Amino acid sequence: MRVVWELYAAFFRIGLMTFGGGYAMLPMLQSEIVEKRGWATEEEVLNYFAVGQCTPGIIAVNTATFVGYKQKRIIGGVLATLGVITPSIIIILVIAGILDRYAENVWVAHAFAGVRVAVCALVLSSIIKLWKSGVKNTAGILLFLAAFVLVAFVELSSVWIVIGAIALGILLQIRQNKRSGKQEEKEGDSSI
Amino acid sequence: MIILTLFLEFCKTGLFAIGGGLATLPFLAELTEKYNWFTTGQLADMVAISESTPGAIGINMSTYAGYHAAGILGGVAATLALTFPSIVIIIIVARMLEKFNENKYVVSVFGVLRPVVVGLIAAAGYQIFKVSIIHVDAFIQNKSLGTLFDIKAGLLFLVLFAAIMKFQKHPIIYIGIGAVAGILLQM
Repeated sequence: MRVVWELYAAFFRIGLMTFGGGYAMLPMLQSEIVEKRGWATEEEVLNYFAVGQCTPGIIAVNTATFVGYKQKRIIGGVLATLGVITPSIIIILVIAGILDRYAENVWVAHAFAGVRVAVCALVLSSIIKLWKSGVKNTAGILLFLAAFVLVAFVELSSVWIVIGAIALGILLQIRQNKRSGKQEEKEGDSSI
Repeated sequence: MIILTLFLEFCKTGLFAIGGGLATLPFLAELTEKYNWFTTGQLADMVAISESTPGAIGINMSTYAGYHAAGILGGVAATLALTFPSIVIIIIVARMLEKFNENKYVVSVFGVLRPVVVGLIAAAGYQIFKVSIIHVDAFIQNKSLGTLFDIKAGLLFLVLFAAIMKFQKHPIIYIGIGAVAGILLQM
């Protein structure tokens, strides 16, 4: 039982000390999980990150579930995850409560009009960064444009776009399998 | 009742938001159209606050969005709902395969998914852009170019964007500058 609460406490600290989530969490994971407690090796943490990126949900949550599950199975996974999200819930609820009270204030309204502009600039810079790592060829550009236009102008739900992308990825791999299968057959024929 | 709707909507978001960070944004943007929980402008505020406070951005945004929809209970329900599909999936993956991310199908799906997710985030960003800098909806109503472009906002955007690309400091700094500029310029 003690380990379970320690999992909760360790991930609570990680959630509290991480600004931005995702890879920003890596240094905290290294010190709390790898160095201090030896719950996972450096390599395992990187593997969790990689899998966390290919599975739905927030990477911080996925990594917490992984580490917790490895220590104490399902209860460990659940409590580590609750630990990493608890600070967010508390902090955001407090801030939201305060801000909503002053939302009508003229100065707050002016400040938030400026903040929204900053958010636009930040989102654009994130998109550029993501573009550099995720859009690598003509097919990528076409997929990007298709998703953008279908959601922004045709107003299709993002859910359908994700489902469509997953289906397309599977179909492409099936086609690839068939092709390499045929090639092997041919190679087999010629060798006989 | 609203709590149940919130829970289901955020489960859906948790299930389909793949890739972390801003990946939840397109799904939250969709909620602004479907329900009266929060506006696109408020969504932009949520991004700002989520980037300036500890914790993963997607988690922070869900708590905030849930709070706007249904108070404290809403914030807690939305956040738990967002994590629920992840917990189930990760526990299954942890059990099944060690080399999940080396599976041929997973690699192929991610080849397609990566640029698509960038497109989804761009579409959500465009929505925020529309309410913060260019006012397309107001322009359609009164056809005056003066209402289409907010000059102050446009200039501030260019300055901040150039600064972000050049200095790459923590987002909280640019959000702070935005707030001060908003007050000084009476935006």
